[in-house]
Amino acid sequence: MKRTECLAMILAGGQGSRLKALTKTVAKPAVPFGGKYRIIDFPLSNCVNSGITTVGVLTQYRPFELHKYLGSGSAWDLDRNGGGVFVLPPYARENEQADWYSGTADAIGQNLNFIDLIDPDYVLILSGDHIYTMDYSWMLESHKMNKADATIGVFEVPWEEAPRFGIMATEKETGRITEFAEKPKEPKSNLASMGIYIFSKPFLKKYLEEDTQNPNSSHDFGKDLIPKMLNDGARLFSYAFDGYWKDVGTIESLWQANMDLLQDTPPFEINGDWKIYSSNPSMPPHYIGADAAVKRSMISEGAKILGEVDHSIIFQDVKIGKGAKVTNSVIFPSTVIEDGAVVDHAIIAQEVVIKAGAHVEGKEEEITVVAENEVVNA
Amino acid sequence: MKSVLGILNMQEKNDLIRDLTAARAVEALPFAGRYRLLDFSLSSMVNSRITSVGVMLPDWSRSVLDHIRSGKDWDLARRRGGLAYLPASIDRSDSRVGDLKDLYFNLDYVEFGDKKYVLLANASFVYNIDFTNVLKFLQDNSGDIAIVYYTAKEDAAGKNVVLETSTNGIVTDIAEASSVKKDTKVAMGAYLMPVPTFAYIVRSTYERGGTDFLVDGIIRHAGEYKIMGYGHDGYVAHVDSTDAYYKANRDMLNPATWEELFMGSRTIYTRVKDEVPVQYKDTASVKNSLVANGCIIRGEVENSVIFRGVTVGKGAKVKDCILMQRADVQDGALLENVICDKNVIITKNKWLKGAKTYPYIVTKNIMI
Repeated sequence: MKRTECLAMILAGGQGSRLKALTKTVAKPAVPFGGKYRIIDFPLSNCVNSGITTVGVLTQYRPFELHKYLGSGSAWDLDRNGGGVFVLPPYARENEQADWYSGTADAIGQNLNFIDLIDPDYVLILSGDHIYTMDYSWMLESHKMNKADATIGVFEVPWEEAPRFGIMATEKETGRITEFAEKPKEPKSNLASMGIYIFSKPFLKKYLEEDTQNPNSSHDFGKDLIPKMLNDGARLFSYAFDGYWKDVGTIESLWQANMDLLQDTPPFEINGDWKIYSSNPSMPPHYIGADAAVKRSMISEGAKILGEVDHSIIFQDVKIGKGAKVTNSVIFPSTVIEDGAVVDHAIIAQEVVIKAGAHVEGKEEEITVVAENEVVNA
Repeated sequence: MKSVLGILNMQEKNDLIRDLTAARAVEALPFAGRYRLLDFSLSSMVNSRITSVGVMLPDWSRSVLDHIRSGKDWDLARRRGGLAYLPASIDRSDSRVGDLKDLYFNLDYVEFGDKKYVLLANASFVYNIDFTNVLKFLQDNSGDIAIVYYTAKEDAAGKNVVLETSTNGIVTDIAEASSVKKDTKVAMGAYLMPVPTFAYIVRSTYERGGTDFLVDGIIRHAGEYKIMGYGHDGYVAHVDSTDAYYKANRDMLNPATWEELFMGSRTIYTRVKDEVPVQYKDTASVKNSLVANGCIIRGEVENSVIFRGVTVGKGAKVKDCILMQRADVQDGALLENVICDKNVIITKNKWLKGAKTYPYIVTKNIMI
């Protein structure tokens, strides 16, 4: 049987409380993005495109919709013999109560049995809430070449934003990490952690087992494990990524990342060879009516546009009535915007009805959110 | 419908649609922006809970095989039953044309299965029908054969099979007609009957020199069976000519038809391609059109059906056109009443114009 060289583990259990109304019924990784995707499509597609075909998805908060979405993994070509997608919710072990994942490291630690079962050489740890396209195979190459114990994906942030991130100080020539500071007040570098780690498996296992026993640990890679590894003099290297990368943990950043796709030349190639796979609804091409006006927008299948759409993202099966006006907004699947309604600077969740003539208007600094299944009257 | 075996027939003649079918069967013609014609009959079978379907392969079978593959997109990749490909017969001593030969040589597939009925459907029709009602109709009337028909809404050219029925639904006459008048009942290429009846018709007709299942098997022996006519009210198009192809595609621009065919509870399935939503840029202007995912639109599009992955450049105008997959209409080009096959490139500022009644066809992989 084929061995798994590198196992990916996607942390997809986050509630995403800063996304407020959008995560009332689904976990953050299942939040729609970009007209047809969900956030988790990005790390999953990156894995497949990088040749990593064994992927554990750690779920916890509101898992059912995410589980249903993942299914057998076939949408991402991850229904593989001896590999593919494994959904990993918390579970009970003998002599122990089932326990929630209490931190990133705890989530991986509780699944050490799974990692042993797959028995890979390397474990790639990813977040389920970032938008980017990245070839992990180069990062793995660099990990091997450096004979590293751990490799951390980093990207350059503007110096003034550095205090919001986990910041790495590195040796210039080698990229070896000398210091790590979580949200430093006075950053020594502007290389921020992307929350992407490759560990050699025995090394990871040793540290996770220790961490589980440590009552003072908050069981977080950034806060606890990485500093301890550095303290012990382990070989930790950085791997610089210079493409588009966005944490979409807040309403504003989620809105902004959607709007980024609408630039004349989007900041990352979404239409190229690096396909983003997604569970496809079987819907016809969308229909644009005789009196409609559509520009600077992305529109998906099954939508019916009779009104005006400018600088917006429209998901599948959305209906926009005559004389309605949608600008600077993101409209999730199966929502209806009736005749003459106005929507501006808003994110409208699934299956909402904006009644004829109603106005939903936000501002760039304060995006209005309408939650799933709501009805907005005029 | 667990007791029904579906057979997809792909033997539509291509004399009147040559340019678009030089290297593909009529049934594999791209349609309505992302589908192929066979999706409609195949999806209707699946939506009627038929779980075993035999696909009779046409002479040009690559595009059919590449489209259907394991049948997974129709949920037909099953442990039991599911999809079976029925290759054309290779009996060199028999040079007859027609579907009967292929049915004859694949009779064992029908007879040795556990199904009680056969639904033979011609895959060159566009419709969305629930076949469970047809089975019930056949059983309730204790008929031998059920033929599904629609009532023509207008006069139409092209060879079709027309029926007359008595008030209780019994087919009193059935014949081939060279054109169709408004209000006539036209067979829509779907026939349901018990397996023994089907096997008897195929065997006895083939062994007596027949070539065509419908003409030689049913029409010539209509008096020997109790044939029931089942009327279907919804949208139906028979794509047997370039004209019919052009018209049926543009019928999809009627929102009521689009909704009836695609947005109801019976989904039309097709092969999934993972394309990005359509990107409309600053200079785009689109009216009364269907646009499939993967397109990038910077120019003007009107009354057109745009397939997956098409690009329309700045200042380009596309009016009353059908642009199949990955057509590249460059800046300033002008297209009116044109059908572009797959992978066509229309370079900058070129003008192409056909007539409404006679669209200009740009064949596959051509650069103009």
